Amino acid sequence: MRVDRREIAAVFAGGFVGALARAGVVEALPHNPGEWPWSTFLVNVAGTLMLGYFTTRLQERLPLSAYRRPFLGTGICGALTTFSTMQLEVLDMLEGDEVGLAALYVGASLAVGFAAIFVTTNLVRRASLTG
Amino acid sequence: MSIVIALGVGVLGGAGAMARFLLDGAVSERVGGHFPWGTFAVNASGAFVLGVVAGALDGDAYTLVGTGLLGAYTTFSTWMLESHRLGEDGRLPLGLLNFALSLAVGIAAVWLGRQL
Repeated sequence: MRVDRREIAAVFAGGFVGALARAGVVEALPHNPGEWPWSTFLVNVAGTLMLGYFTTRLQERLPLSAYRRPFLGTGICGALTTFSTMQLEVLDMLEGDEVGLAALYVGASLAVGFAAIFVTTNLVRRASLTG
Repeated sequence: MSIVIALGVGVLGGAGAMARFLLDGAVSERVGGHFPWGTFAVNASGAFVLGVVAGALDGDAYTLVGTGLLGAYTTFSTWMLESHRLGEDGRLPLGLLNFALSLAVGIAAVWLGRQL
């Protein structure tokens, strides 16, 4: 795999910003294990909305740029959102016999996450048709 | 969060995002096909390590490694984007498989990491 150092640097810079933003949200919205994790849910929804917007706009509307997508998409949105913490939270719910809450959390995350991509993608495309 | 911990979260977050970018690229290049194995490999491995870390660290150390490094390494947004694009490309079964397989393996990986 060919590696572009400036592309990697853009990913690092975006990751720095995204991780710091997420840590701020985690600190602002604490929760006990087994409770609905608003911090994770909110960063995942917000980051997915942003990724759907950026990716569609950068791929389908704006002239190709080598560093916008690695910085905004791979870096910021990738680091702001998290898969590992979500899985740990689901396991905590299951082990606390909160099976219904776990199913609700997984279902809501997937439904809202998928809808976030669907809506932003189609809004960007519609804007490109009319404007 | 002190300024030192915040800086550490940023640097480790940057490192995690870089590691994701490189592993995703390497796996996707070798495996090929339409299923996003690169992101899958990143998320499954990150979930396993978080399982290990969750039992071993707390406080600032957990914020640095669990939230900063592994939070940035794994990704929810790309998982959603790739599933959606599979559906758009007429590969809805693969998109649904990406949902189900990532969830099943992710939870199993965290559980396994925690047993160590």
